[in-house]
Amino acid sequence: MNADRAVLDKDERIELLRQMVRIRRFEEHCVQLYSAGSIRGFLHLYIGEEAVAAGVLAAIGPGDAVVSTYREHGHALVRGLSMDALLAEMYGRATGCSRGHGGSMHLFDARRRFYGGNAIVGGGLPVAVGLALADEMRKRPIVTVCLFGDGAVAEGEFHECLNLAALWRLPVLFACENNQYAMGTALAREHAATDLALRAASYGMPAWPVDGMDVLAVVGAAQRAVETIRGGGGPCFLELRTYRFRAHSLYDADRYRDKAEIGQWVERDPIPSLFAELCASGELRTDDLGRMEADVDREIEAAVATAESAPFESIGDLTRYVYTERS
Amino acid sequence: MITYRDAMREALREALTRDERVFLMGEDVGAYGGCFGVSRGLLDEFGPHRIRDTPLSESAFVGAGIGAALGGLRPVVEIMTINFSLLALDQILNNAATLRHMSGGQFSVPLVIRMATGAGRQLAAQHSHSLEAFYAHIPGLRVVSVATVADARGVLWPALQDPDPVLIFEPAALYNTEAELPANIGTTHIDRAIVRRVGTAVTAVAYGGTVRVAEAAADALAAEGIDAEVIDLRTLRPLDEATLLESVSRTHRLVVVDEGWRSVGIAAEIAARVAENAYYELDAPIQRVCTVEVPIPYAKHMEEAALPQTADVLAAVHRVVR
Repeated sequence: MNADRAVLDKDERIELLRQMVRIRRFEEHCVQLYSAGSIRGFLHLYIGEEAVAAGVLAAIGPGDAVVSTYREHGHALVRGLSMDALLAEMYGRATGCSRGHGGSMHLFDARRRFYGGNAIVGGGLPVAVGLALADEMRKRPIVTVCLFGDGAVAEGEFHECLNLAALWRLPVLFACENNQYAMGTALAREHAATDLALRAASYGMPAWPVDGMDVLAVVGAAQRAVETIRGGGGPCFLELRTYRFRAHSLYDADRYRDKAEIGQWVERDPIPSLFAELCASGELRTDDLGRMEADVDREIEAAVATAESAPFESIGDLTRYVYTERS
Repeated sequence: MITYRDAMREALREALTRDERVFLMGEDVGAYGGCFGVSRGLLDEFGPHRIRDTPLSESAFVGAGIGAALGGLRPVVEIMTINFSLLALDQILNNAATLRHMSGGQFSVPLVIRMATGAGRQLAAQHSHSLEAFYAHIPGLRVVSVATVADARGVLWPALQDPDPVLIFEPAALYNTEAELPANIGTTHIDRAIVRRVGTAVTAVAYGGTVRVAEAAADALAAEGIDAEVIDLRTLRPLDEATLLESVSRTHRLVVVDEGWRSVGIAAEIAARVAENAYYELDAPIQRVCTVEVPIPYAKHMEEAALPQTADVLAAVHRVVR
């Protein structure tokens, strides 16, 4: 499964660690802000899955497109959206990345080609196919990364879209975050065939499983897939086997998993795993992780302060952005 | 003379010629020539790159149209008939209509979706409905209904210039209708209703397939000396309230003719708008002539009984005009 673990230099690997720590600490703060009532709505945490966002998005460039899901804080952060823009969005402020219209599930950034933030399971897949169709028709060497969960594989749109993308050989990377549960339903309770890569392969595209807890394995697989796609090979599918350490959302009492199962995955936590590797090779020292976390905490505290003092959108602007304003 | 079908094809040809970002995508639009023959010949003329046959995957190809619009193209997506469009309702509502607002104005979706609608061909309940009201309910969409050959020729280009998603409804029963097109057809307004016939005694409001029903009724009424005004709504969302209210303020009577069902439909909306804004202009209760609230049946006599007919409009007018 880890045949193509990426070979990266020291700085690149430290950057992967830093990205994962940013996601982890950001979301841990979000839990506190949620408990305090500062942010509301649904809050879907990515904790445990950080290697997927950090690894997959490291393999693409700024001109490429990203289509995401409702569990997208990690995707947005790695894609370069600022913590200020994310937190202000979750606070419902006008300075948020969607002006407070979207919240945690609908983060958008046109400049970074970050196309949300879709709360309908599978709903982003056709959009990703269309973005790739536009690139294919205009002959632009762009890849669209479409992130979605194992739950989306059960949706009709998944099958419609893989067929269409393979039929038209469109430049899409289907990145399936298989965190083993569709909300509270385990993979084997929702799928007759649980080998998701095999199912994607049946549409005639390269598809393979990846250890989603090993960020270097994710980078390597994503690089190989992106290279294939850019070379005109049509779409690829990666089944990134991962796990969310927390509940589906903060409304979820998490009664469907046992602690032993969670514990087995937490032992493979991608952050300490990579940190240990960097320490073993002498590239980091044991106190470096704490320093990194402290830096991130300062970034978060500044973002919280900025969000709390940011203005709300005027109610007079409630109906703006329903239709394009005409000059 | 040109048919509604050929007029729509000319509009597509014009758009494909004028703007290289335009392409047509849908079920059977290419090799088959379109299930109603609208796109016949376009595959040979423009090639499979721009005339794209899709699998029977409404949600995927409508959603792909959304993505392609986000990616800078100007897609025209054809769905065979309105009943099939429900398979793509998620993409139309949850993505096309909402992306702009949900992203705080960052993304607009310049997508055109065309589909056939309506009954009259004995195709029974899964091929004959008029569900325009479903779409007219949704903020973020522009919903246009095409009642005439001239509008079939003129509607597509302005729809493609619109920065937001536009749905174009083509009554299937009209594809064979013929009319002379003036040399200069001008622009079809997709934000204004149009007065098809000027009158003073009663306002008959219709759209799509019921415009000709209202016009036939107006002819019969003229023979009786009743001068009926006929308004074609043309755009169902946003509604051109001003044209409606102005007309009712002159005629003081309103009959709405709608091939949709009566409950919670376009006719209900028109009646409510007029009651809210021009109640004191009315000299008689508003009348609605709608499809009977049944799934459309197959047998010809039953289908006809279900749909608004000229005689129904006449009866409604007689109730409000002494």
